[in-house]
Amino acid sequence: MTDMTEAAATAPKRPGRLAEFWQYFSENRGAVIGMWTFGILVLLALLADVIAPHSATEQFREATLQPPVWQEGGSWTFPLGTDPLGRDMLSRLLYGARFSFFVGMVVVVIAATGGILLGLVAGFAPKWLDTVIMRLMDIILSFPSLLLALVLVAILGPSLLNAMIAISVVLQPHYVRLTRAAVINERTRDYVVSARVAGAKLPRLMFITVLPNCLAPIIVQAALSFSNAILDVAALGFLGMGAQPPTPEWGTMLAEAREFILRAWWVVTLPGLAILITVLSINLMGDGLRDALDPKLKRS
Amino acid sequence: MLRFLFSRLATFFVTFVGVTLISFAFIRVIPGDPIIVMAGERGMSQERYEELSRQYGFDQPLLTQFWDYLTGVLQGDLGQSFVTKKPVWDEFFALFPATLELSLCAIILAIALGIPAGVIAAVNRGKFFDRALMSSALVGYSMPIFWWALLLIIVFSGNLGWTPVSGRMGLLYYFPTPTGFMLIDSLLSGQDGAFTSAIRHLILPTIVLATIPLAVIARQTRSAMLEVLSEDYIRTARAKGLKPWRINGLHALRNAMIPVITVIGLSVGTLLAGAILTETIFSWPGIGKWMVDSIFRRDYPVVQGGLLLVAVVVMIVNLIVDMLYGLINPRIRTRK
Repeated sequence: MTDMTEAAATAPKRPGRLAEFWQYFSENRGAVIGMWTFGILVLLALLADVIAPHSATEQFREATLQPPVWQEGGSWTFPLGTDPLGRDMLSRLLYGARFSFFVGMVVVVIAATGGILLGLVAGFAPKWLDTVIMRLMDIILSFPSLLLALVLVAILGPSLLNAMIAISVVLQPHYVRLTRAAVINERTRDYVVSARVAGAKLPRLMFITVLPNCLAPIIVQAALSFSNAILDVAALGFLGMGAQPPTPEWGTMLAEAREFILRAWWVVTLPGLAILITVLSINLMGDGLRDALDPKLKRS
Repeated sequence: MLRFLFSRLATFFVTFVGVTLISFAFIRVIPGDPIIVMAGERGMSQERYEELSRQYGFDQPLLTQFWDYLTGVLQGDLGQSFVTKKPVWDEFFALFPATLELSLCAIILAIALGIPAGVIAAVNRGKFFDRALMSSALVGYSMPIFWWALLLIIVFSGNLGWTPVSGRMGLLYYFPTPTGFMLIDSLLSGQDGAFTSAIRHLILPTIVLATIPLAVIARQTRSAMLEVLSEDYIRTARAKGLKPWRINGLHALRNAMIPVITVIGLSVGTLLAGAILTETIFSWPGIGKWMVDSIFRRDYPVVQGGLLLVAVVVMIVNLIVDMLYGLINPRIRTRK
């Protein structure tokens, strides 16, 4: 805060975009907590090789279903206990974090790139092409997302990669709609008209003139679909249509542990808790992003 | 209004044809020949193969096949299940009431708790209640519901033994099901304890399925209420000296409801997606479980028909919501 007032005193101009963004973002305490949690989780995932006490797939047959260290029968060899095959829970959870973040990132990149491109085209295209694209998106949105993803995976064959493709397809229409709406809103503004008059070609108008001004809602959507992707991949894994065992994917871990729910609480509770905390931290950040980027809500 | 109605119906029809096209394409893009899949491990002779090809129309040109499929669909012919040999249409409507009952209970629970929670949070903006309610809403919104279901089973079925783990009705009861809704049929049967059993089976799946819509409705209600509460007419109402509950409950809530109704309509898709997970976990004999089982059994006609019917249900609900919305909010129906 003092930095800001000093800056304002020495140079009578607005604080930089990033500083302004940070000011709004940091006002939301939940968002900052979410960001820290997210950061720590990413770090844990990246350092899984160093931190994890065991391999994610090594089976310790003499120590199956061992409880966590604080419970009777637990030991420091397996801090969070072991699963029915004697694999270390902590190591599996750490490696599982990698899958979740990887999936989230890939899905957001594919869905956002495709969706933004289609949305830009729809916004600038002649009416018939716009109609074709938007009806296509309506069709995709008529299917419940998880059901369509399940069926796509049934076509492509169950694997983590196919689950990611399916979820990208399902999440894409949201980007198309958002981008198109923003483009149509911006297209008739004076700055776009003057760029057009100055002779800017269509690609330049699309990507350099208009797109940067449409990014705010898209960024918020990206945060949302990041968490949705993690949830959906876990759900597919849980139904046996995502990552296949012995991959330490959190949803798949839950599915494998289902029959032990009444005997060993940790094999069920911990992977789900990992999903919840990850998704929650991303959603907290998403709320902060929305508040900071949406001018309508600022200072309301 | 007529113009609005007409343009919505036109869109509906186009989307319907598209959805049909996708479900038609489904059986033709899966790897492997569907007829060979149907034969399973045993295999079949060349003559039998050709006979089946003819029977299912696979020897016709694609366009003819699609036309036959589309006209079949419009007459309620979605083909037969490979496994049970029953028409897909009949199977769907035998199981649909179970999903409908569960979804209705879930959405009622979500509305009954979500709207008051949103209003309370908005009225107490920034205070303890607001923060507690909105934090819980965010947790609910981020919940992997399949895990949430398992947790509830551990606590309420495992440790406390209050609720059954799966199914719709206790094994002790047997009665005809004319409506397909267990809550109604159990009452009609007049058997002691049947109704209680139906409720006990419904509680956990309803909570699980309601969780995400509940969180979404609470968040949406709060933000809509906040927007409305800052309007001039609310200030006027305050200045007139109206009681706070009258201002919040009547004047503000009525206008705040418009975006909330949209969210409720949109959550039908969420409910059906959630039903896939919820029904699988609680062995609830509805559409979601049926679809998942059919995918695993490679019962392609069922997957194809089910996909189409579920999409049509979502489309019809969205159409109804749009119409209602046009009725409530005149600005929508005049918009280009």
